[in-house]
Order: sequence, then C-alpha cells, then structure tokens
Amino acid sequence: MYKYYEAGFKSRNLSLKEKFFNINFGYVFCIILLAAIGVITLYSAANGNWSPWAYRQMVRFGFALGIMLALALIDVRIYLKYSYMAYFLVLLLLIAVEIGGHVGMGAQRWIDLKLFKLQPSELMKIAMVLALAKYFHSCTLNKIESIRGVIAPALMALFPAALIIIQPDLGTALMLLFTTMVIFFVVGVQWWKFALLGGAGLIFAPIAWHFLHDYQKSRVLTFLNPERDPLGSGYHIIQSKIALGSGGVFGKGFLNGTQSHLNFLPEKHTDFIFTMLSEEFGMIGGTIIILINMVIIAYGYIFAVRTSSYFGKLVIIGLNTNYFMYIFINIAMVLGLLPVVGIPLPLISYGGTVMLSVMASFGIILCMDVNRHLNLGRSSFGDE
Amino acid sequence: MNRDNDKGKILLRRTMIVAVGAFVLLLMLIFRLYYLQVYQGDKYKVLADENRISSRVMVPPRGSVYDRNGVVLATNEQNFQALIIAEQTPDLEETLNGFKKIIPLSNDEENKIKRDIYNNKKFVPVKIKDNLTWEEVSSLLLNAPYLPGVFINEGLNRTYPQGDYTAHFLGYVGAVSEEDAKNDPLLMVPGFKVGKSGLEKTYEQDLRGQAGDIKLEVNAYGRVMKEIERDKGIPGEDLHLTIDSRLQKFAQDAFGTESGAAVVLDVHSGEILAFVSVPSFDPNLFTTGISHKDWNALLENERHPLTNKAVSGQYSPGSTFKIVVALAALEAGIIDENTVFDCTGSMPLGNHVFHCWRHWGHGKQNVVEALKNSCDIFFYEVALQLGIEKIAAMARMLGMGHKTGITLDNERDGLIPDSAWKIERYGEKWQQGESVIAGIGQGYVLSTPLQLAVMISRVVNGGYGITPSFMKLSLKEKGKIKKLPISRKNINIVKKGMFEVVNNKKGTAAGAAFDLDGVKMGGKTGTTQVRRITMEERESGVMKDEDLPWRLRNHALFVGYAPQNNPHYAVAVVVEHGSSGSGVAAPIASKILQEALRLNI
Repeated sequence: MYKYYEAGFKSRNLSLKEKFFNINFGYVFCIILLAAIGVITLYSAANGNWSPWAYRQMVRFGFALGIMLALALIDVRIYLKYSYMAYFLVLLLLIAVEIGGHVGMGAQRWIDLKLFKLQPSELMKIAMVLALAKYFHSCTLNKIESIRGVIAPALMALFPAALIIIQPDLGTALMLLFTTMVIFFVVGVQWWKFALLGGAGLIFAPIAWHFLHDYQKSRVLTFLNPERDPLGSGYHIIQSKIALGSGGVFGKGFLNGTQSHLNFLPEKHTDFIFTMLSEEFGMIGGTIIILINMVIIAYGYIFAVRTSSYFGKLVIIGLNTNYFMYIFINIAMVLGLLPVVGIPLPLISYGGTVMLSVMASFGIILCMDVNRHLNLGRSSFGDE
Repeated sequence: MNRDNDKGKILLRRTMIVAVGAFVLLLMLIFRLYYLQVYQGDKYKVLADENRISSRVMVPPRGSVYDRNGVVLATNEQNFQALIIAEQTPDLEETLNGFKKIIPLSNDEENKIKRDIYNNKKFVPVKIKDNLTWEEVSSLLLNAPYLPGVFINEGLNRTYPQGDYTAHFLGYVGAVSEEDAKNDPLLMVPGFKVGKSGLEKTYEQDLRGQAGDIKLEVNAYGRVMKEIERDKGIPGEDLHLTIDSRLQKFAQDAFGTESGAAVVLDVHSGEILAFVSVPSFDPNLFTTGISHKDWNALLENERHPLTNKAVSGQYSPGSTFKIVVALAALEAGIIDENTVFDCTGSMPLGNHVFHCWRHWGHGKQNVVEALKNSCDIFFYEVALQLGIEKIAAMARMLGMGHKTGITLDNERDGLIPDSAWKIERYGEKWQQGESVIAGIGQGYVLSTPLQLAVMISRVVNGGYGITPSFMKLSLKEKGKIKKLPISRKNINIVKKGMFEVVNNKKGTAAGAAFDLDGVKMGGKTGTTQVRRITMEERESGVMKDEDLPWRLRNHALFVGYAPQNNPHYAVAVVVEHGSSGSGVAAPIASKILQEALRLNI
C-alpha cells in the first residue's frame, strides 16, 4: 500500500567534489560576513584590541567553518540513520552533566574542550530536531493528527527540556520547546490542539511562576518595568536602550561608542553585542545585521521547500527555526521587547558554544540542501 | 488511504505560515530600532551624555587686596597638601606609618583619613594633611619611593601678610554656610571660602570671580577618562584700597596695650588712610579653620577683639562734640567770636545744678577760650539758648547720627537725639536739661570713631561733605563732593579754638603739641564717663580714675587734624577706658598725625 523508492532511483550518489560545488555559497558568504562583523565588533569591544576576544573568535570561527563543511559533505543518510542514537547519546550526556554538575564539577554544565565548551543542552537542540524529523518522516498524516501520534514526540521534547530547566537555563529550555512546537505545527498537528495547549498554559502559568528562581522572576518583572530597579536588574536594559538610542541613524562611529567603552553597557561582548554594534554603527548597522539574518533565514526556507525528502525539509525547518529564535530573542531582548534571558547573538557574540552549535546546524542544513534531489525512504525501520 | 501528498502539502503550507511569521517578527525588530534610534534618539543622546559627562567646577583665584602703595594686604598662598590614592598603595597601614615618620599625625587625623578612604572609591584622592611647609614637602618627595600612592597637590589658601593690622577692615574668609550655598555650584565646592566679614564680605562678588568649568568624560565606575572641554573662568578682581599700610601699622602700634579705635582720613576726599580697632586678631587663624581654644579666647576677651570698634563702637563724643555745638551756635548767630559767658564752676537750671569739670570755674570765656579750656558752662549756656534741634541739625550735617555709608556691614548709626526722637523712643517731651547735657556731648548722644573722623574732616576742610571710603575717588567723584552751608568765617573761629587746644600752653592737649618745621596740628579732647557719679560721691570727692577697675574708667577721645593752615589729615582716636582725652588719646593722635605728615601720603 506504500510506494517504496530505492535510494538513488531518482538520483545517483554524488561524488565529494560534486557535493562541494553543490554547496550554496551565497548562504556561506552571509555566514562568513556575519562572523566578520562579529570579529570587528569584538575588536571594538576590547577598545581596539585583538585580544582578548577578536582573535580567539576568529580562530574559533575558522574551526567551526571546518566542522560546518564536514557536516555538509558527509552522507545525508547517516543523519537519518543515526538520529535516534544521537538523541539518546546527547540525552545521556545531558543527564551526565546534570548529575556531574551536582556531584563534582562545581555546578558546571559543560565539558571543556579548550577552544569550545561543549554544552549538551546546545547539542540537544540539534539532536532533538533530527529525532523529531525522523519520527515525523516515518509517520502517516493520520498518525500525526491523532493524539497518540503526538504523545511520543512531545515526551521526547519535554524530558530534555525539563532537565535543562532545572540546570537552570530557562532560555535554552524555552527555545527547545518552541522549536518543538513549530515542528509540530508544520507537520500538521491541528490548530485546536495548540489552542488547547495555550489555554492550559494560561491556567498553569501562575503555578509555573511559583517554581521560577528569584533571579528569573526578577528578570521577568524587570522586563515588564525596567525602572523598577534602575541600578539592579533594570540597569542592563536601561543602559542598553540608552546605548542604542544614542547611536541614532548613523551611529557614533567605530570605536566611539561611549556607553560601551565607558562600561555603562554590561556584557557588551556577549549578550549585548548587538547594542554595542548599533551604538557605533547606528540604525543602519543594526538594520544590516537583521537583514543579513533575514537572508540566511530566507535561504533556509528556500532550501526546505526545494528539498525533496520529508526528513530533509523538517530538519531544515527545525534548525532554521532554532537559528531564528536565537536572532529574534537576543535582539528583542536588547531592544527591551523581551526579558533578559541570556541568549547570545550567534556568530557575533563572543563564545564558542553557540558558535559551534549554530555552525553545525548550518552544516546539516547545507547537507540537506546539497542532497536535495536524493529521495530518502519513508522509514529505515520498515513501518507498518 | 494514501495521504502522503496531503502530508507534503500541509508541510509546505504551514512552513509558509511560519516563514511569514518569522519575517514579520524580524521586521518588527527593525521598526523597534527605528523607534529607539530615530524617534527617541535625541532623548537617549541626552541620557548617554548625562552618563558619561561629569562637570567639575574650577575655582577661580580670589582677587588680591593691595594698599594705596601696592603693598599686599590679602592674597592667595600656595597650600601644599599631601594626598593619598588608596588603590595605588599596596598596604595603606604601612604607607601611613611611613608618612607619620616624616610628619606626625594625631589619632584623630589618622582616623579621619581612614574614614575618608573607606567612604570613597579607591581611586579618589584623600587628603592626609595640608598647609605643609617647604621642608615637609621636600622630605615627602625625597621619600616618595617609600610612600606609594602619596602625592603632593598645590591649592590656594587666603593669607593676610599684615596679620592683625588689617583684620578689622579686611575681615576674613571662611567656609560657606549652608544657606549661602543654594544656587552657585562654585559655593558647593568642598573647601571653598567666601568673605565672612569686612571688605572680604562687601566685595565678595568682585573678589570671587567667575567659576571655570571642566567637562570630563567618566566611565561607569566614575573614573576620569579624559578631558572634553575646559572653561577657565574669570579670576577675581583685585582691590586697591586707600589704606596706607605703613600708617596703619604705626597707628595700631601707637595704642600700645590700650584698646579702642582710630580712623585717619584725607580731609579733602574722605579716603581712609588708616583704620584701627584694637585689640585686633589674626585673620589667618580663620582661613585654615580656627581652633576652639583660639576662638574662645577671642570671644571671652573683655576687650572684644572681634568687634570692629571704629564702626560698631558707639561712644559718647563728650567734649569733642563741642566743635559741633560751637559751629551750630555761630551759624545760628547766637554767639559770635566775642560773645562771653562767665564760668563759675556750676550752673543751676530748675532744681538741678550742672557742674563744669573744673569745680572753681574758668571765669569769663569767649568761644575760642571755651574750646581751648573745654569749658562746660559756656557750652551749657550755648546749648540752652540754641536748643537741641539746631545742635542736631549741625551734627547730622557733619555726618553724625547716621551711617556714613562705608562699605562695612557692621556699621552702627550712632545717635543724635532731638525732641521727635525722644517722643518716639520714650513717649516723653524733650527737657531743657537734656539739651544742656547734649551741649557737652553727653547724655543720649552717641557716635562711632569713624563718624568723629568724618565730623572733624568736614569742619577742617572748609565745610565739604566728604564721605569716608576705602576706594580711591576718581576726579569726577571728587568734583561731586558738595559744599555744606557753613560759613568759612565761623569754621575759622572753631579752627582757631582747636589750634589753641593743642598749641596754647594752657590748652587741654598742650602736651601733645608738635612743630614740624612750622607744621602744627589742631584738635579737641574729650573724656566721657561710663558710670554715673552720685551726689554723695561728688560731695565726698570724686574717685580718681586710676583707682577704678579698667572697665569703669572714663573713655578718652581726641579728634585732630594737621597741618593747621591747610589741613590734609584728620584723625579721630577713642581709647576705651583710657581715663583722659588729653593725657592718653591726644598723644596717640599726635603721633599718628606726625607719622602721616612724615610719610607725606
């Protein structure tokens, strides 16, 4: 009753060279452009010095670019085949650091790899997308639309999210859940189920509030009214808005951001780097960053549409959504539209973990696009 | 049922919805950027500047004060301060101990330093000690390697090189009181000083100058990063006074241990050449903060060193007032040069008897003789005929009974009584006997030494209405001095009397006479009681002044001028409880006038 296609029936296996030239270089160019802007901004953040951030960030990006290319060039079928395994491995890692963090590693949630810090919660964002993609790839629409069909993937998302929440890393956990919801939405879970979930959320929100840490509550309250505590938790967002606003249309000029260089702006090299950039390069600079990101995200949707396999489409949409979330949450946060949740601006903020995770996502997206004509079978397990 | 196609279609449709949603959200971010950076940009620019720019007031140097010959009376002295920056010293305790080996610090001082360091950020300089001497500065600099974080700063201190000689007219500067400091940011500068009394207070605005302004860029922790802009401000204006510091010093020294006041005027312009109130105090004590001990010593001294007796001291003018009464009588036509009264030593009026200071009387006297002898009976008779109103009118014309308008804020009015004043003050009619008493400058009549100096000047300069001034008069201002309606002839009669007072061997101030190549002085003595002599005491014999305690002794006064022929200098001397105008005040006045003539100011 199902049609089976042999792999390669529609298109033969590609050679490595063919794969390389199949890589979308416009996409890669945008990524490199963003990273270059990031390095320049970090150079300014250190008052015109390559150390301590800009140089190291460049080296990291070079390394991450290599990983991206490697992930783009490996056999696409490996992703489908090892999706669940990757998910469980990362889940084990997450549990390990959760336990280890409590026991011996001083509340540390990462594994130090010198150039990068390996943070299982970051890896989980990718592994989750792969696992959900594989799950829905093998599902019929009927199953997706049934209650039973969504319970398993929902649990796949909720379990790691719960682990991440208790780390505590609310931002990452919410991103994970939101990405899951977007995947649920695009595969065709009915509107009314979302409405039901939303209703339940409204009812349980006050209870959830009760379980938030004090600093998390304070962040939310401060977001709602930054002047509540102008020298405490509101300080970041007030100073961020002053820095941004005073930049005007054209900015104060490279290396001339007063708010940043005089240290009024906190975390200028990490979470608030967009603020610093917009202070020095003005609305023009800020808008260019957003536009480049819009191009990257647009590429993602184009890739998703033109990829023939359902798995490939879902992987691209999931990872693209993930990337969008980083961009949107970070910028909305520094613009005072969202609470300060500690999400960096990928490719630009200083830091290895997110760069690695985002570049790996780009590698996987590119791999799906490189092999867009390859039709992957419905299931590697032979579904019913 | 094959719904694979539907599965793909739904995915495509829903992906489109998600993509549109994502782009709308990202566009919203761009709109938010526009809102913050363009729409509200100006507001945030102001806030950013408020963050980074810190204005500091630059204190302008206070104007100096010079005497008429350019001698410095008040100026600013370099004040070397030792400061410490906590973050630059590895061990504060050790550094302070090292400092103490060079310059000792009291426990209080040390505690204050530690408190200041604790209360300030680590990079803020804190004062260890100020007013360092050159020796202290150089030994600190020599030991600098052992005193990390200690450095020397140079400030300005107000200083009065002439010390107590200038205290009463210059006044002094002191810390700003809270009510002063309201509007001017300059006044809120820690350690800023303003004029607290004397000319330092009167000319505060001129001396102070305009504050400068430094705009500094500071970082989030308040550390100064760079200077943005500097407005130097305007230094305070210098004052050039009419005082001659040589005469000032001489006049003050002439008092010896006596207390009182003396004012020397240029009779033609009213310029003040010397202005003495003794005992005085050292104004330098106030600029650096006076100690409790010194302050209490000044307050409790029975001779009131803090009171400016030349303008705040109100004394009965006594016999010096006879100049005014004589002139008033001559002008009114009640007497002339030849009018004679017989002094028998006493004069009955109603049921009261008025005595002359000479019990046995002076015999027949005209006005010149009466002045020479300071005969009381003559002036009782004159005052009785003249009435208080005419005496008062002349006194006021000569500058008594009201402020002279000198630019010192503690000047008193003195008092020239008349019948209207008495009704207002006591609700009673003026008594004839009171006119009699007023005729010899006693009773209600009060005058400041400065008013006496103005009075004698106005008489001897030929009746010109000079006013006393510490500032040189321009030619135009000199031209504005008005002639008073007093006849030259009558003035000369009074001057003749004053000449006799000094230069006649029987004159009351004969002992103070001098003759410098024919240049002589004239004047009038005065001795006023500060206690009431009862009838019993008068009968049993008045107690001798030197037997009384100091504060009950008579005040001694003298007003004089020189040269006799063409007066240039006038002096008024009041010696508090000096016992005798002729014996104490006249010699002081004589010395002062001789010095003025010698200096030829």
